[in-house]
Amino acid sequence: MRLALRELRRRPNRFAVATVILTLIALLLMFLGGLLDGLEAGSTGALRRQPADALVFADGAEGSLVRSRLSSEVRDAVAEVVGDDRVGGLGSVQLGARLDGREPRDLVPVVLFGYELAPDGLPEGGPAAGEVYADTSLEAEGVEQGTVLRLGPARSKVRVVGFIDDARYSGQASLWGSIDTWRAVLGDNRPSARVGEGTVQALVVRDDAGRGGAELVEALDAAGDGATESFTVDGAIDALPGLAQQRTTFGQIIGVTVVIAIVVVALFFALLTVERTGLYGVLKALGAGSGSLFAGVLLQAVVVTAVASAVGIAASLLLDAVIPAGSLPFTVTPARLVSSVAALLVAAIAGVAFSLRRVLRVDPASAIGGAQ
Amino acid sequence: MSQTAPALRMEGVRKVYPTGDEEVVALDHVNLTLRSDEIVALLGPSGSGKTTLCSIAGALLTPTDGEVEVGGQRITGLSGRELTAFRRESVGFVFQTVNLVPFLTARENLLVVDELGRRTGRKARERADQLLEELGLSDKANTLPGQLSGGQKQRVAIGRALMNDPELVLFDEPTSALDTKLGDQVVHLIRDEMKSRGTAAIIVTHDDRITHYADRTVHITDGRLDDTDDHREPAATGLG
Repeated sequence: MRLALRELRRRPNRFAVATVILTLIALLLMFLGGLLDGLEAGSTGALRRQPADALVFADGAEGSLVRSRLSSEVRDAVAEVVGDDRVGGLGSVQLGARLDGREPRDLVPVVLFGYELAPDGLPEGGPAAGEVYADTSLEAEGVEQGTVLRLGPARSKVRVVGFIDDARYSGQASLWGSIDTWRAVLGDNRPSARVGEGTVQALVVRDDAGRGGAELVEALDAAGDGATESFTVDGAIDALPGLAQQRTTFGQIIGVTVVIAIVVVALFFALLTVERTGLYGVLKALGAGSGSLFAGVLLQAVVVTAVASAVGIAASLLLDAVIPAGSLPFTVTPARLVSSVAALLVAAIAGVAFSLRRVLRVDPASAIGGAQ
Repeated sequence: MSQTAPALRMEGVRKVYPTGDEEVVALDHVNLTLRSDEIVALLGPSGSGKTTLCSIAGALLTPTDGEVEVGGQRITGLSGRELTAFRRESVGFVFQTVNLVPFLTARENLLVVDELGRRTGRKARERADQLLEELGLSDKANTLPGQLSGGQKQRVAIGRALMNDPELVLFDEPTSALDTKLGDQVVHLIRDEMKSRGTAAIIVTHDDRITHYADRTVHITDGRLDDTDDHREPAATGLG
C-alpha cells in the first residue's frame, strides 16, 4: 500500500493521462446530473411549492393542469373529507408576456397561476386583483417589483408585487395571482378555455388528520366519486408529461458515461499491471502477498478517481457560479455530487477488478532466471 | 534457528512439468545439503534445471516429490500463503536483472522487505543503514536506482536480500550483467557478507571464476546433480 502511494507521489506523470480522462468523465457526469436536476427543478418548482398533502385533478386528465377542470361540486365533495379551509383551487395558463421597452415580438414565456392556498414562500391571503408574485428567474429578464407585464394576445396587465423562489413550471417562469385574476386572464386570452365561477383546474389539499399519501389519495378519490384522480405532490411531479422520459434519457447517458469510466480504468490499470508484471514477480518472491499488491492497485485507482472527482466538483461549483441565472437549467446539489463521486468510485473499483486475475497470476518463480 | 541445522536440505527432490502429453523432468532425485554458512556455486547449462532447483530451495516452487528443509524447517507441504510468509522471513534473493523498485531510493528498496510483512519500523531502518554502510553505499542511500551504476545496483540488491536476516540467500547469475572487474568485486563482497554473517548461499552461475569463491561447486546436467567437493573442478559442462 505504501509502495502504491509512493509510486503515485514519485511518478505522477504515469497517472496523468488516466487522471485527465477520468476528470473529464467526472465533469461530464456532474454536468449531466446538474442539467437533469436543473431541468427537473425548472419543470416541477410550482408543484413543489404547493403546501399540499395531495393534489386533486379531474379524472382522465392524467395529472395535467391544462386538461383538468374541477367544478364546485367536486370541490365540496373534497372539502367533506378534509374541511373547507383545507382545500384551495389552483389554475394555470401559459402565455407570452410583453415587457415595456422590448420589441413587440420579444415575448417572455410565463405560466400564470391562480391560487387560494398560498404556496410556500408567499404570504397567506392572495394578492389583489391584477397583482402577482413573480418567479425569481424573471429577474434575469429585468422584471422588478412594480414591473407591469402584459400577458397574451389580450395584453392583460399584471403588476409584480413580490417574488417567489424556485417556482418554475414546465421550464417556464411563473406568476402567482389570485384565482380570480387567473380566471379573468384565462377568459380574456383563451376564450375557448374560459371557465365559470367556482371552476378550477386542480385542488390543493392539506390534511390535518395525518393520513399517509396513499390513504389520503384514496379517501379523496372515493369522495370524488369517479370524477377525480388524486396524487401526492411527488406523484403529481412523476405524472408530469416528459419528466419520466427525461429522467430515463439522462439516466441512460449517465449510465453509459459510467461504463466508459469503467472501461478507461480497466484499460489503464490493465496496462499498468502488464507493465509491472516483472516487478510484481520480484515483490512476490520477496514475500509480498497478491492481496496486498492488488490492494495497492485499487488504492491507486481510488486516489486517481478522488482527484478527478475533486476537480469535477470544483468545476461544477464554478460553472454554477458563473452561469447567469435563467440562461441554462443547471443546478448543483450535494446529493448529485455525492452520487456522481460514488458512481465514479464504483466504476474505478469495477475497472480495477479486471486486473485482479493478472495480479494473482504473476508467478513469483518468474523472478528467477528465464522462468520455466 | 539452531546453528547445527543445515541451511538447506533437499532429499530426493523431483520436479516434473507437464507439457502436453509428455512430462519434462526438470529435476531428478536431487540430494543437496548446505551447512549453515556454506557457499555453493551451482553450474550448469541453460535448461539444466538450476533455476528450478533454486526456485524450490527458495520456496518459490514446490517439488513434485521429495523433501526440502530450509534452516531446519520443512517447507514441502506448506500452502502458497505460508510459502510467501516463509520467503519473506527466511530467504534472500538476488536476481539476475537486479529488479530494484525503480521509484524507490536505495534505502527504501531495502526497507520494502520490511514493509511487505509486519513492520518493525526503527529496527528495520537501522538495519538498512547498517547494511548500506557495509556495502559502501551510505552516500547513495537516497539515490534512485536509475542513477546508480550496475555494480551499485547489484550491491543494493544484495543488501535487500540480507534485510530479513535469511537462513539462505539465492543468487541468480549475480555477475552476468557486470564486467570482469566489477563482477569480481561483487562476488568478493558476496563472500565477505555471507561469511561474516554465517549465512548460506547458492550462487547460480555460468561464470567459472565464481567457483573460486565458493566452498563447493555443484554441477547440474539434465536435472541431475553431479556433486563434487573440489571447488577447482573445471566446468566442463558449465557453459551452455
